[in-house]
Amino acid sequence: MINFQYARAVSVSEAVRLMAGTPGAKFIAGGTNLVDLMKMDVERPTALIDVSRLPLDTVEETPGGGLHIGALVRNSDLAYHPLVERRYPVLSSALLAGASQQLRNMASIGGNLLQRTRCAYFYDVATPCNKREAGSGCSALGGLNRMNAILGTSDNCIAVHPSDMCVALAALEAKVHVTGTRGERVIAFADFHRLPEAEPQRDNNLAADELVTGIELPQRGFETHYSYLKIRDRSSYAFALVSVAVCLELGGGRIREARLALGGVAHKPWRDAGAEAALSGQSANEATFMRAAALVLSKAKGFGHNTFKIDLARRAVVRALSQAAGGTPQSQSNKKIA
Amino acid sequence: MAPYIGTATSRVDGLAKVTGTAKYAAEYNAPGLAHASMVGATIAKGRITRIDTTAALRVDGVITVLTHENRPPLADNDQAYNDDVAPEGTPFRPLYDGRIIFNGQPIALVVANTLEAARFAASLVRADYLTEPHVTDIHTKRDRGLAVKDPITPLDALFAPPKQRGAPGPALDGADVRHDGEYYVPIEHHNPMEPFASTAVVESDGRLTIYDKTQGVQNVQRYLCSVLGLKQDDVRVISTFVGGAFGVGLRPQFQAVLAALAARALGRSVRVVLTRQQMYVLGYRPAMIQRIVVGANANGTLNAITHDAVTVTSQHENYYRQETGWSGLLYSCANAKYAHRLAKLDLPTACDMRGPSAATGVYALECAMDELAAALKIDPVELRLRCYSDRDQHDNRPYSSKALRECYHQGAEAFGWHTRNPEPRAMRDGSELVGWGMASGVWDAFQAAITVRIRLSANGHAEVACATSDIGTGTATVMTQVAADMLGLPLDSVSVLLGDSTLPASPVEGGSWIAASVSNGIAATADAIRKELLRLAALMPDSSLSGTEADDVGLVDGMLVSRRDNARAVSIADAMRHSAVDQIEREITTNPIEDAARAHNTHSAVFAEVKVDEQLGVIRVTRVVSAIAAGRIVNTKTATSQILGGVVWGIGMALHEETAIDHRFGRVMNANFAEYHVPVHADVHNIKVIFVDEADDSNPLGIKGVGEIGIVGVAAAIANAVHHATGKRVRDLPITLDKLLGKPS
Repeated sequence: MINFQYARAVSVSEAVRLMAGTPGAKFIAGGTNLVDLMKMDVERPTALIDVSRLPLDTVEETPGGGLHIGALVRNSDLAYHPLVERRYPVLSSALLAGASQQLRNMASIGGNLLQRTRCAYFYDVATPCNKREAGSGCSALGGLNRMNAILGTSDNCIAVHPSDMCVALAALEAKVHVTGTRGERVIAFADFHRLPEAEPQRDNNLAADELVTGIELPQRGFETHYSYLKIRDRSSYAFALVSVAVCLELGGGRIREARLALGGVAHKPWRDAGAEAALSGQSANEATFMRAAALVLSKAKGFGHNTFKIDLARRAVVRALSQAAGGTPQSQSNKKIA
Repeated sequence: MAPYIGTATSRVDGLAKVTGTAKYAAEYNAPGLAHASMVGATIAKGRITRIDTTAALRVDGVITVLTHENRPPLADNDQAYNDDVAPEGTPFRPLYDGRIIFNGQPIALVVANTLEAARFAASLVRADYLTEPHVTDIHTKRDRGLAVKDPITPLDALFAPPKQRGAPGPALDGADVRHDGEYYVPIEHHNPMEPFASTAVVESDGRLTIYDKTQGVQNVQRYLCSVLGLKQDDVRVISTFVGGAFGVGLRPQFQAVLAALAARALGRSVRVVLTRQQMYVLGYRPAMIQRIVVGANANGTLNAITHDAVTVTSQHENYYRQETGWSGLLYSCANAKYAHRLAKLDLPTACDMRGPSAATGVYALECAMDELAAALKIDPVELRLRCYSDRDQHDNRPYSSKALRECYHQGAEAFGWHTRNPEPRAMRDGSELVGWGMASGVWDAFQAAITVRIRLSANGHAEVACATSDIGTGTATVMTQVAADMLGLPLDSVSVLLGDSTLPASPVEGGSWIAASVSNGIAATADAIRKELLRLAALMPDSSLSGTEADDVGLVDGMLVSRRDNARAVSIADAMRHSAVDQIEREITTNPIEDAARAHNTHSAVFAEVKVDEQLGVIRVTRVVSAIAAGRIVNTKTATSQILGGVVWGIGMALHEETAIDHRFGRVMNANFAEYHVPVHADVHNIKVIFVDEADDSNPLGIKGVGEIGIVGVAAAIANAVHHATGKRVRDLPITLDKLLGKPS
């Protein structure tokens, strides 16, 4: 085994202090991704700072009518939390679309935000990968890229962020609470993850010493018209080829507000303001949905194996919008597409 | 006492397996056991110019690092590396020299006091290579394959394409309807749950006991002796339980050599467990490009079939099976022609994987038959009935039994096939298109010579021993049932010993031949026990069985009983005690009955329902009915499980399985259970298994075997159902949803 230091933090401030003083350290909570990466030699932390027992495991209503979710709440606990099921069903649905029950039981909410790409080249240290080793090259560009990105790619990286939960959080416009040695700050969800650009090794905008402490959900949960539709290569325990989170507010047969986020297509959950604007004020019908879908994918670019995702994503957007508008959200237990 | 044969007897080792007391190869311990971790090559072809183990050796707890430079002696001739089921060629030699012939090839073995130290140190071994250009893509070599013509060895001769019959060219020209299609199956891997592992224990007298994951302990034992230059008595191989193997454990695998080599080098027991990733270089189902041309008369009779195949093998060995011959065997057809070429790639050698050659070859044939049925506007079941043959088409001989017609009838009935609308895209369930497809399946009913020893004790306990393996199929249970019936004992009075190279001789367990072979071996050995019991019974004063012929007595409930008059009976215990015999032991080799005048096969008819989301192409296999004709079913429970497993695997073959190789690196990129997809529970819905009655007298118990037949035809039935649902023919597996997305809807 690769030797590393281990320290269990008893407070957020201690965790952050330990991190700032230990170059090469990693926080560990559920460990469902980090331990795999360590086994595969992709991550070799000098120290693990165990944050799993910090008091960040509660779900509380905020004065503003939203919810504050502690970073250590388990994925399964959040998925089945009565307030989440009732008020933010798209989040519950997205959580249940991810991983397996066993993984959801272990995985923390904060960790879910920070899980790393499943790009095959990132995982295999015998192949070049800019995300794993800056400057070594991107093997996915000319290689096996069925699972890779079609939006927001760069010449350096076409990896996708694998989370389902984050796609729903993007649509809900959650906020990420973080604490570092310089204090606390709140990051809008859209600003949390990054596109690869010239630094694909950086997945997000956290500073090196910052710890995710919680997620804040705004008051609006879109509990009537929503859907999380995940399209994958088998019925469960598979990462998304394409996933779509939709939140709609309807009135008088028209769309008052639309939120649309895509997973499996980019280095971060993908929002498209233009497409959402194109939905707003329009009749909730197929023509409207197709226009919006075309807008979302208008700048998409395929790399061979994954080119079909452009068409698939378009169809999935239309379907998810139809599900949401019709009040027939996708079930995560019945695998038939609603 | 009711017989056990034919019942749903639960596994005799089920409790041990589910409670964890059943020990597998990696679970044996020994004093001072060292742990080893393998290092794999990161290039596909070339040679090692320098291998640096200094950093690995510095790791606390590391004992040694074996490489081609410092390993103990290994045999230097190909013959020594041959094994019972090796194809022709030059077998791979682990750690032999610096030559790299496939990516992931073992280049070093780190041995340490702990697994953790071994694994860490393995990550520090550095190799420099001189690389050579490699080819790992079947498509780049499809037109440059090596033709399979006149194999050298008898084993390979079995698998060469059959000779042409009739004149297929003119027959095709004269056909009313002709279908010509190319089908593709990618490389697939076996992925047994249990990792490949060997624990090499150095006994106090210096001999080696190897606890190995294998389908043939004696094959491994002979192989290790010849590779390591050891005497037969110096190596014992044990494999009591096997957590699935599916063909990848038929040949001795390199972890056994590595463990034995390290144990010899150190004089210390060593365990090697391969990681899941490392198991992707052991062997695979060869990718197959195949073209089938069928010609038919308007009335639905076949007049010609041609089948051309290209399959993958390594540069160093020519692996192939009867990939094309199934096409000309199954249906009545006067003209047939076959060609088979090998794409020799810089990969490990392909190997047997469940239903080898039939799973792939029959997939293409049965898709082609479906396409022909559509062209002829004849129902797919009806077409197969019109082409039905009661004779083996290759050799024009009758079958020992063939109840395929009953499979079609009973399967169709159970499925509700008669309500099928023949038009594609005509059946719907809301947003889903519904498709019904079917296919036939065929496999061999092999039998092999096998030796069984039975020891019957006067206390009424019997021990049955044979070196066969139980690879999870239920062999130990079947052996117990058969012995109990043949000896007239309750199940719990029979114990079975298997998976030990010191036991009486058995071939490797594979090809579905063990159930028939070992059962008839037990029956023959039990016969000899019965004769001896009758001899002892006749020695008793006033024996009611004196003068009775052996064939006229049976063993029932601990008694030797006249079959003509069951009042004439003698207690087995009394007969043995009278002659002061504590134990009767017989060891008998049973050879298959010579029966070349007849063909011996199992058959199936598979019916599948799929529901396909019209907009998104998401496919669900909602129902499968598999009707099987496989002679007498010894254990309806374990046999049903075999077929269920085959069907689930068929779903994976149709929709999910594909080993993804990056041909630039010649390297498998999805070598794990997250990315190499097999069906999960949510992909498996209703599966019904039917065993049709099929009496067969090829062997005394009428057994044929069911290990392979369950997968054959399933992928075709699903592919045909997908076509029926969507109107799209996808001829390359797996049928992923992108292949169904046409123009945006």
